[in-house]
Amino acid sequence: MSENFATSQSAVAVQPAGRIARRFRALAEAGEMGLVAYVTAGDPSLAASEKIVLAAANAGADVIELGVPFSDPVADGPTIQRASDRALRGGTTLAGVIELVRRIRTHSEVPLVLFSYFNPILQMGLEKFAAAAAAAGADGVLATDLTPEEAMEYRATMQAHELDTIFLAAPTSTDARLERIGAASSGFLYVISRTGVTGERESLPAELPALIRRARKFTTLPIAVGFGISLPTQVTVLGGIADAAVVGSALMAAVEKAASPDDAAAAVAERIRVLKSAARTGVSRRSSEAS
Amino acid sequence: MSAIAQMVPDARGRYGRFGGRYVPETLVAPLEDLERAYAAARADSSFQAELDSLLHHFAGRPTPLQFAERLTAHLGGPRIYIKREDLLHTGAHKINNALGQGLLVTRMGKKRIIAETGAGQHGVATATVAAKLGLTCTVYMGTEDMERQRLNVFRMRLLGAEVVGVDSGSRTLKDAINEAMRDWVTNVESSHYLLGSVLGAHPYPQIVRDFQKVIGEEARKQIMRAEGRLPDRLIACVGGGSNAIGLFHAFLPDASVKMIGVEAGGRGTTLGEHAARLAASSGFTGAQPGVLQGTYTYVLQTSDGQIATTHSVSAGLDYPGVGPEHAWLADEGRAEYCAVSDSEAVEAARTLARLEGIIPALESAHALAELIRRASRMKKDELVILNLSGRGDKDMDIFSRYV
Repeated sequence: MSENFATSQSAVAVQPAGRIARRFRALAEAGEMGLVAYVTAGDPSLAASEKIVLAAANAGADVIELGVPFSDPVADGPTIQRASDRALRGGTTLAGVIELVRRIRTHSEVPLVLFSYFNPILQMGLEKFAAAAAAAGADGVLATDLTPEEAMEYRATMQAHELDTIFLAAPTSTDARLERIGAASSGFLYVISRTGVTGERESLPAELPALIRRARKFTTLPIAVGFGISLPTQVTVLGGIADAAVVGSALMAAVEKAASPDDAAAAVAERIRVLKSAARTGVSRRSSEAS
Repeated sequence: MSAIAQMVPDARGRYGRFGGRYVPETLVAPLEDLERAYAAARADSSFQAELDSLLHHFAGRPTPLQFAERLTAHLGGPRIYIKREDLLHTGAHKINNALGQGLLVTRMGKKRIIAETGAGQHGVATATVAAKLGLTCTVYMGTEDMERQRLNVFRMRLLGAEVVGVDSGSRTLKDAINEAMRDWVTNVESSHYLLGSVLGAHPYPQIVRDFQKVIGEEARKQIMRAEGRLPDRLIACVGGGSNAIGLFHAFLPDASVKMIGVEAGGRGTTLGEHAARLAASSGFTGAQPGVLQGTYTYVLQTSDGQIATTHSVSAGLDYPGVGPEHAWLADEGRAEYCAVSDSEAVEAARTLARLEGIIPALESAHALAELIRRASRMKKDELVILNLSGRGDKDMDIFSRYV
């Protein structure tokens, strides 16, 4: 583990380390697992999202993924589909989400990743998008339906604006693909815990540790694990094997149930506190096993 | 074959700048597996022999190329030949691809197939092939399409398929594809996604084209036998575009053969009222190159990159994207694309029924409507092949509403 971070530090030392790398380095130094919070931007409004994100950051979220709503979210389960629908009905656009980044950045230094399907980015134009996102204070981009093979120009453009490019690795990814994905990624690697769409599940797949070990052979980046994670016990288990847990649908389910933006922010913050506490426990367990 | 037909797709699934593979990472390895399995099957003469046998004995190939004598006389323009894909088992060209992919699935050792359907023709074809080959089958269908193509829902269920209604988005074909993709990404080890048109991520547009190109290969021989020369024009409707590519492909090297793809003009030219992705020159708005459901192609969308809703009386043409090979043929100027309205299509169906005794599917009626529109401007010695991609039994409810 420490070895992984040591190499990733030397790799990023070439460039000025971004907020994402700095945050993961600080986590490693503190011996803590990170918590990545996914929030669909614009659900139910951009003003509400601002409150929710700031509350999540204050409650201990280490990285925020701001979901850009899309009309056809093929990788998402029902909870995030509904969140995207509500956001789009409220008139949320990619430009609006970038403006949300700017507003959050005036209050917080939390690392921000724009999490989008590729088409909205493509329609804005890669250069225009990257320039605007970077100027607003975004730190990285993840395009759900973009793999390294189709991402040559995208990566060059994001890199030119010092935006990290985060790619997904999946249980179906071969070693050859993991190598390609690792090489194309910066900031962190996002490992999908299971085949399927986003959404809360009871347990983590038994094959997950082996997948993470396999991914580590090809990257020195921190590894965040997402899809199906909502419970503190799942986060605790991950503490032994991953650098961060991603939670999304569980937060958006809380937003859906909330009566007001303030309630939504409070409910999300409460979830984050519980999960972050589990993340800390998980790491101490791993440390004791390692010693 | 000339260069143009062999040029596409390239190794990365590109048709010029279109096509490619834009999917969540989980689906890349299965798509690579599919690509390999398909390459192996294509190189295996026993696979082609088995498919040919099924196409002949089970599906009813070859289909006739019929001279439409009364329609030709009525329009007073070109000599019109109709490629009768409507006579195939299950009533449309969709069975060609369903059989091909079905055999491929058995080679790959998977036991379950997933499909989407718009008009229900691909769903019925897939349910039929599943029954024939002993596979289990789940078909996703938008609830609006389930309503307007009820007959096909009953057919699929009778054939033993599970039909799952999709209530999201516009509740049509696009949303059915989203849900089929979600099923596939979840059950990727056990299931094959039997995509029904020349859409989606590589290698689907190529696989579906290859299983449909028999239409044009037959038509080419048949017209040479009947007339001793190549046709001047081909005309076919374009939803995703599989029947059109199926007819066009064998003629791509023949520079003298003009090709016309007919899209759904719906009830107006503004975004949301039509499904015309390539007919921008006719005033239809909203199409821009973009990424939808795995491929880079022309997509009806908002300026903010959200996929637009579409409208067509014909469920099979009611889709915001178009096959990447069509996008390429349009950009290259090799094929011409235009659109006809809902009411023109319904009227054309009535004309064909009364003059030739054939009730066409509403999809195919779009191609016919365009032919009727331009027949008077064409020379009497011109030869035209119209692809009658499906029969109209499924559309009786809609026809009755227009009477």
